[in-house]
Amino acid sequence: MAVIEVTDLRRTFVVRSKGGRLRRERREVVAVDGVSFGIDAGEVVGFIGPNGAGKSTTIKMLTGILVPTSGRLHVDGLDPSRRRTELARRIGVVFGHRSGLWWDLPLRDSFALLARIYDVPRDRYRTNLATLVELLDLAPLLDVPVRQLSLGQRMRGDIAAALLHDPPILYLDEPTIGLDLISKARLRDFLRDLNAERGTTIMLTTHDLVDIEHICRRVMVIDAGRLVFDGDLTALQRVGGATRTVVVDLETQLEPVRVPGTTVTRVEGPRQWLSFPAHSSAAPIVSALAAAYDVVDLSIQEPAIEDVIRLLYAAG
Amino acid sequence: MTPRVGLYAAVATRGFRRYSTYRAATLAGIFTNTVFGVIIAYSFIALWDQRPSLGGYGQAQALTFVWVAQALIMPVGLFSGGIVDELSDRVRSGAVAIDLHRPIPLLWWRFAEDAGRAAYHFLTRGLAPVLVGSLLFDLAWPQRVSTYGVFLIAVALAIGVGFGIRFLLGLLAFWVIDVRGFVVMLTITQVFFSGMVLPLVVFPDALRTLAEALPFRCLVQIPADVLLHEDTGTTVLPLLGIQLLWLVALLVAGHLLTGAAVRKVVVQGG
Ligand SMILES: Nc1ncnc2c1ncn2[C@@H]1O[C@H](COP(=O)(O)OP(=O)(O)OP(=O)(O)O)[C@@H](O)[C@H]1O
Ligand SMILES: [Mg+2]
Repeated sequence: MAVIEVTDLRRTFVVRSKGGRLRRERREVVAVDGVSFGIDAGEVVGFIGPNGAGKSTTIKMLTGILVPTSGRLHVDGLDPSRRRTELARRIGVVFGHRSGLWWDLPLRDSFALLARIYDVPRDRYRTNLATLVELLDLAPLLDVPVRQLSLGQRMRGDIAAALLHDPPILYLDEPTIGLDLISKARLRDFLRDLNAERGTTIMLTTHDLVDIEHICRRVMVIDAGRLVFDGDLTALQRVGGATRTVVVDLETQLEPVRVPGTTVTRVEGPRQWLSFPAHSSAAPIVSALAAAYDVVDLSIQEPAIEDVIRLLYAAG
Repeated sequence: MTPRVGLYAAVATRGFRRYSTYRAATLAGIFTNTVFGVIIAYSFIALWDQRPSLGGYGQAQALTFVWVAQALIMPVGLFSGGIVDELSDRVRSGAVAIDLHRPIPLLWWRFAEDAGRAAYHFLTRGLAPVLVGSLLFDLAWPQRVSTYGVFLIAVALAIGVGFGIRFLLGLLAFWVIDVRGFVVMLTITQVFFSGMVLPLVVFPDALRTLAEALPFRCLVQIPADVLLHEDTGTTVLPLLGIQLLWLVALLVAGHLLTGAAVRKVVVQGG
């Protein structure tokens, strides 16, 4: 069942800039340009795209803090911008580069206040807090004023804050921005467990493709406001002209081998690299190689997701 | 509005606590207010020596006015800051998106928080300088206990009006990217027309008429008058009524403007 349904969503911004003449020029920026998708309960979706692609704008519309220019939008059956307050109780939001915590207050006080804002029953709050404190390792930080926390510590605090009211849907806009490798890995583990144990639907934007590989089964790629890909990771690796590579070790050093459907991209002594379209099967290539040459060893390299994305962006 | 008194009390408590963590700033502030008070008190003494019963005040009343004004500077936010800066900063950086996303109206949320802040400032930077002032000068304290009760109501209303004005100014950031110019203008206007520098009772007629048409006198002049007028009732009730009217008007305006800001204006930033 789709908990998030988006149909032909558009959002434009009017920017005024000083033109060449004295007059100010009005320019329309199309941030989101006819995007449609649906997300089922319990899905973890990665939302990626280059800077300025429209990711944050889409997330803002999904939370209701930005009104769409046109298109239809339903989150848990509600129209976000019309029922913003009601929806807020059912979603959790983390903006990586902003904080929803109170700067001058200890983390504990921010949590207590949020629990009141969201009307979390007292014992529910107590168990949720205990769980989140343990999973996100917040115990030593609870009495520290937020302004004294490091970026990674603050981010963990923000994520706990977004989850105190048990939202079935969680949006994360660049939650791993600025975190070190260990903090990133811990955050990913946490999100994976959250999805597995509570069935929380998660939508996250990131520029770190490792985030996607580790936690998202599904990826949406947006570029210049348009959805250019929506599918699972393996499908993503097969689009956009991506190639896979057979690395073959031959008995002796040879001229580049000739195998139909492949091109040799590199030769290093007896080792050769043959690339072929990612969507075609490796089996006929392997058997053709084995039939015509003396093969010592052979391996197949999947396309690096970075390369796929680069190709996608370039094509869009 | 909603029966979420507990929530707003908690928000106000947090507002109070936020400021109480800065002890050194509080002490420095008390010192500043006291020095300020002493300086103005001496110039008022010189003035009232020349023109006894200027504006209908005796010298003791004029001096009381000075210290009441000092006590109110911070609680009513006479020098702006606080909510104006925070709100406009959050609008400019886009962090207001988080505030708007909460299931609690921004206006009431901020009002409760500012009330907590104001209470803290009244108890520290308000009372301490007054204490020093009453040791150094002969002040005209009211005899009747009830006067103090009414005075506290007037102070509460003044805090509300002060919040209303600054909230509107902070909201302006939704339409004007840089509100600093407006803040400076407001601060000057507010300081002058509240009666902080010179009681409105000594203003020339035309200026006084103008001052009485503006909300700023609710901030200092009216609470001071409430304290200085022993006769509760006929003179004092209309003054509280004026404060209440301005408070309601400002909150309604704040409510409408918040709605307009949320609907129409784009939340800034990426
Ligand atoms: N408030 C605004 N006013 C004008 N233009 C805006 C506004 N917010 C976003 N835009 C424009 O809309 C486009 C999409 O911006 P958005 O913030 O959604 O990108 P993004 O995908 O989140 O990028 P990033 O990866 O850099 O965070 C950009 O061209 C941006 O300049
Ligand atoms: Mg963004």
